[in-house]
Amino acid sequence: MSDHQYTPKSKFGKWFNDRLPLLTLANHLTDYPTPKNLNYWWTFGGILTFCLITQIVTGLVLAMHYIAHADMAFDSVEHIMRDVNYGWLIRYIHANGASMFFLAVYIHIFRSLFYGSYKAPREIIWIIGIIIYLLMMAAAFMGYVLPWGQMSFWGATVITNLFSAIPLVGEGIVTWLWGGYSVDNPTLTRFFTLHYLIPFLILGLVVLHIWALHVPGNNNPVGIDIQKPSKDTVPFHPYIVIKDGFALLMFMIVFAFFVFYTPNILGHADNYIEANPLVTPAHIVPEWYLLPFYAILRSVPDKLLGVIAMLSAIFILAALPWLDTSKIRSAVFRPLYRQFYWILVADVLILGYVGAMPAEGLYLLIARVATAYYFLHFLVILPILGFKEKTLPIPLSITEPILGGSPNLAAAKNKESLDIK
Amino acid sequence: MSEKKTDRRDFLFTATYAVGAVGVAATIWPMIDQMNPDASVKALASTEVDVSSVNPGKTITVLWRGKPVFIRRRTQDEIAEAKSVSLKDLKHPEKDEDRAKNPEWLVMLGVCTHLGCVPLDQKGDYNGWFCPCHGSHYDISGRIRKGPAPTNMEIPKYEFVNANTIKIG
Repeated sequence: MSDHQYTPKSKFGKWFNDRLPLLTLANHLTDYPTPKNLNYWWTFGGILTFCLITQIVTGLVLAMHYIAHADMAFDSVEHIMRDVNYGWLIRYIHANGASMFFLAVYIHIFRSLFYGSYKAPREIIWIIGIIIYLLMMAAAFMGYVLPWGQMSFWGATVITNLFSAIPLVGEGIVTWLWGGYSVDNPTLTRFFTLHYLIPFLILGLVVLHIWALHVPGNNNPVGIDIQKPSKDTVPFHPYIVIKDGFALLMFMIVFAFFVFYTPNILGHADNYIEANPLVTPAHIVPEWYLLPFYAILRSVPDKLLGVIAMLSAIFILAALPWLDTSKIRSAVFRPLYRQFYWILVADVLILGYVGAMPAEGLYLLIARVATAYYFLHFLVILPILGFKEKTLPIPLSITEPILGGSPNLAAAKNKESLDIK
Repeated sequence: MSEKKTDRRDFLFTATYAVGAVGVAATIWPMIDQMNPDASVKALASTEVDVSSVNPGKTITVLWRGKPVFIRRRTQDEIAEAKSVSLKDLKHPEKDEDRAKNPEWLVMLGVCTHLGCVPLDQKGDYNGWFCPCHGSHYDISGRIRKGPAPTNMEIPKYEFVNANTIKIG
């Protein structure tokens, strides 16, 4: 972080900045030295900020027309779709925005996994990120309940019933969550309240996430510590702003495609049927972004252990900085980790696929194998790999591999002579 | 600073923290308890159902406390089948006699004990109920036979007000 003294040019600016150093903050954010080799996988932080703001703005507008009551919620959503000016557009942006938010967050998380961004000294950034991810799941789940369709109702029933797996107090907790003896109006109103609250909690955590990021600075594709500022860095503005902006435009094309051409493809048709507590839809599935965890839940035949496995699958991520024993951050220099990384990506995709399929026969078997591998990756493979893996030599700076230049000339010469052989 | 002696001030601190903690707990409890079922929800605690039109081999579903209740008039074959099951074969051993006081009528909460879905009637490997959500199979007494559900479907408190009317709750 650049700690050079900043003095505003104008007299008023100086007067103001002495009293509230907002201009110093703005200057820090503008000049913030960023590794110059950041690739497009690093643009998803900015994209996620855009997603959060989109959800808050469209959500505020929807809340002006939505009625959180079991008898009126479903009709009020149809009222938004048919009567409210541009209501269809705002709702489709909000509904698909949730999916886009998760798409971006999964890319963001897997970028961290590939480049080791969770490792020291960035553990706190990572853990705050996991908390944000958990809150996102809570917000998305409660938001899906609000239209009060069949999937809303039964999704809410299944997920809240997860708490009944807790011994002794489980049933009491579920009744407390519902405010009754089943999912009903009290459940809907409290979910609406919490759905409204959580995005602002996320916003606060995003500030902490970025603050924690700006202490050590960005990781980079090479994964080495760099001098800041130095010839390895560029100022955030205009370089990263332009790059993030371009990536955001590309992302918005995908976003707009869903909103305008297939606004319901990521949802479930049963949610256009009003909630009916007497009939469970034949096949309950959560939204696509929760499917891998749903597959883990279903792959365990015991109720309590299934819930524990599902929650562990998420919380295990928080322990990742200590489970991964390798000192090398970037997978670029970890030939074995790189292979396991892609196996994990495939494993999670397979879990997502079987999560959408009925829990029987071959699907159940695949889900069980994939669940076992998921935990194996984090609990066995990563800790051992750090000790066993023969990593490739890491460059001394970002510029070194390109220019052959290095802060340490002797080492660079040495390497060149090795290359000649 | 040498060895710390417990003095009057430490006592005052401890006493203050203790009183403060009680005050905080007393303030938080109403905030938590307001989420529990309110008086209007509790007031809907019982339902009376006329079952005179239910033929043997048929099930009706009624809503009680926002939850479905299955009322099945079982055939003689079904009663015999329910009674013939050995308790050793059951994950949650319960005799059919204990679940259906009047063996002709099975009254139970139509809620899967796994995650709360409504099981489908006359489906599954045991000709009882089958939960489509996560594949739990129940027998004709509503007992769990296969799948992730931990216990049998619950029997609510109910009584026959007269030959044709059941009061649930």
